[in-house]
Amino acid sequence: MSLDYVKFSPGFEAYMPKEYRDMVEHGPFGKKTTVSQMGSFKEILEEHPMCAGCAMTLFIRLAIIAFPNPEDTITVGTAGCGRLAISQAAIPFVYGNYGDQNGVASGLSRGLRIRFGDQPKDVVVMAGDGGTADIGFQQVLHSWFRKERFTTIMLDNEVYGNTGGQESGMTTRGAVLKMAPLGKKFEKMDMVAMAKIAGCAYIATVVPNNPRRVESCIKKAVLIAREVGPTYIQAYTSCNIEYAIPTDQVMADAKTVEDDRYKFAEYVSDEAREYLAARYGYKEFNRKPVAAIGTT
Amino acid sequence: METVSIIGTKNRKGQVITDPRVMMNEAPRTASFFTGSEVIKEAVRRANVDIMVAYPITPQSEAAALCGELFAEGYIGDYFRGESEFAVMSQCAGSAFGGARVFTTTAGPGTMRAMENFPMWAGARLPIQCIVTCRGINSPLSIQPDTIEIAYLMNTGMLVWHAETAQDFYDWILKGYMVSEEPDVHLPLALCCDGFFVTHTKDTVDLTPTDMCLPPYDPYRSPVPCMDMECPPVRMMRDPFVMKSNYISYATHASWQQEIWAAGERSRKHTIAWLDGLIDTENIDAEVLIVTSGTAVSQGREAIRLLADEGIRVGLVKIKTLRPWPEEELLEATKHAKHIIVPEFNVIGWMAREIKATIPRPERVIAGPRVCGGMTMPPEIIVEEIKKAIGVRSEVLAGRGS
Repeated sequence: MSLDYVKFSPGFEAYMPKEYRDMVEHGPFGKKTTVSQMGSFKEILEEHPMCAGCAMTLFIRLAIIAFPNPEDTITVGTAGCGRLAISQAAIPFVYGNYGDQNGVASGLSRGLRIRFGDQPKDVVVMAGDGGTADIGFQQVLHSWFRKERFTTIMLDNEVYGNTGGQESGMTTRGAVLKMAPLGKKFEKMDMVAMAKIAGCAYIATVVPNNPRRVESCIKKAVLIAREVGPTYIQAYTSCNIEYAIPTDQVMADAKTVEDDRYKFAEYVSDEAREYLAARYGYKEFNRKPVAAIGTT
Repeated sequence: METVSIIGTKNRKGQVITDPRVMMNEAPRTASFFTGSEVIKEAVRRANVDIMVAYPITPQSEAAALCGELFAEGYIGDYFRGESEFAVMSQCAGSAFGGARVFTTTAGPGTMRAMENFPMWAGARLPIQCIVTCRGINSPLSIQPDTIEIAYLMNTGMLVWHAETAQDFYDWILKGYMVSEEPDVHLPLALCCDGFFVTHTKDTVDLTPTDMCLPPYDPYRSPVPCMDMECPPVRMMRDPFVMKSNYISYATHASWQQEIWAAGERSRKHTIAWLDGLIDTENIDAEVLIVTSGTAVSQGREAIRLLADEGIRVGLVKIKTLRPWPEEELLEATKHAKHIIVPEFNVIGWMAREIKATIPRPERVIAGPRVCGGMTMPPEIIVEEIKKAIGVRSEVLAGRGS
C-alpha cells in the first residue's frame, strides 16, 4: 500500500521541508478525517491561486477531505479554474487534453485494476461545466454508458471562468455572458437526467454551503464507483468574478441558488444501496420495505 | 537487495516470459502466410500487452478486431472499443498513466482526430504503441493508401518508424516496446505502414514461438512518477507554472520540450541495436540512389531490378526510422550519389524535404515520383524518373499499350 510512502525515509526527517513534515505528521493519510475537523489537520489541498471568495475552492477542499482513501486516490481533470487548485493537492493529478478527462479516467481505472486487482485505487474526475457538458460531453456520456467504475464530479460555475466568462451548456437560459451577447438561447443542460439515462449508480446535486452533505455524497460516490458503476456529482460552485457576486455574499448566493434551482437530490441505485449497506455498513440502506426507499 | 528474475516465469496466459534478445534473435522461427492485419495480431499475442483500446477505421479495423480475439483468448488484460479516435487515445493515455503496457491502432482521419493526444503522450512520457496504417486524409474522401499523415506525426515528439513489409511489422511491434520503454527513452511509438499494401496483402512472415512473450512492462522504470499512488504523495506541482506568464514558466516548458526530443535522440542506440541500424543500404557506391521508406522501398527494389536488366546500376537506402531521423547515416550513405531519387506515396513529398534538409548539395534530390490518393506506384515510373535524371531516353509511359 502506498501508506508506506507517507513517511520519512530514514535519516531524512530533519531535512525535509516543513510542508512535507506537516503532511506526514498532521496530514489525513491513513486516518479518518472529516470536514468537521477542518483546521485541526494538514489538508491535502491548501495553497492555491484561486480568486478570493471562490466557492469552487471550498468545494474542492471539502471533496478531497471526503475521499475515503486519499492515499490511494488519483484525480483527473481538464482545463479550467478547478485544475489550478487540484493540481496542487498532495495527491497525483492527471491532466490529459481538453475535455478528455473521462477517457483518461476510463483508461486509468482499468489500468489500475489490471495492476492492483481488488485493492481499491480510487479514480475521481473533477472538471468544470464546460469540460464536462460541452467539450468533454461525448467521453463523459460514453464512460457512463460503458459503466466505467470511477466518480465524475462537475464543478458547475455555469460559465467558462478560466477563459474569461463565456457561456457554457450549463449556463442558465437568458444569462448574458461573453459569446452570448443577447443572452443564452437555450436551457441549462440537464446532465443529472442524462447521468440517470446513461446508468450512473449514484447521482447527487449539492452546493458547498453544507459541508457534511458534500462529504457524505463524495464518500458514497467514491465507494460505489469502486465496484458498482459510474457515479456523478454535480456541484454548484459559483464564479463570483464572472457573476459579480460580492465575496461576502458567495455562501448566501449558494443558499439562494440551492433553494431556487439547485436543490439537493440524490439517486442511489438498488445495487448501490445493497453494496453500501453490505460492504460499508450504511445503515440507511439496509433492506427496508420498498415504500420506504425513494429518492430523497 | 535481492532481486529475482522473471525470465522463465509465465504470464497470465501461461506464455513463458523470455529474454527479448533470445526471443527475437535466437528462438526458432516458423514461416507463416498471413495478411498484415493477422501479423499485427500475432505480434500482439507475444507482446504481453495489458490494455488495448480499439475503434473502427479502414484499413486498421481488421487488426483492431483481431486483437479483440486475443483478449477473448486471454492474451490481453483488457480490451474495449472507444467512441472516437480522440477518446481512444485519451483512454490509452489513462491506461499508460496507470502503469499498463498499451497498444492501439489508427489510420488517416483517425490519426488527425487523435492528434491532440500524440504530443501529450510524448510530453507525459507514456510509452504507448500506436500502429498507424496510413491512408488518405480528407477531402475529398479517400480510404486508400497515402502516407501524408506521417508528416504530421513526425513533429509530435513520438518515435516514428515506417515498416516496409509485414515481417518488419511483426518484428518492430515487439522490438518497439523494448526501445520505447527504456528509462532513458520512455516515449510513445507511432509504428507506421502503408495501409492496404501491408495490412491487406498476404506475405510470408517468420514468427517467433507462440509460447514465448516479452517481459511485462515495469512502470517503475519510467523517468516520471507513475500515477498509481505508490510513489510519495507529495505535492507534485507547488505552483501551476503553466498558467503564468513569466520566465520560469517558459523555461520549464521549453526545457521539458527539449528533454522529450533528447529522449528521442537517446533512442538511437537502442534502435540501432534492435533494428540493426536506422537504415538499410544496398550498393550505395552507385551514382544513382533510391532513398525512401515504407512500400515505396519495395517499388524501388523492382525499379532497380528493371534498370539492372538494362545495365543501369542503382543503389538503395531504406529508411526505417523517421524519428529519430538517421541524419549521420544518410550523410554517409549518400556521399557518392549524384542523383537521389525519392519516390513517395503522398502529395507533399515530406521524405524528400527531410532528405534535402539533411545532406549537402540538396539539388541532387529528385522529389519524386510521387503518387497519392490511393494510386499505385508502378516501378516503371521510378525507372522513368531515374532515366530522366541521368539523361537516358525512355519510352513515354502514357503511350504504352496504345
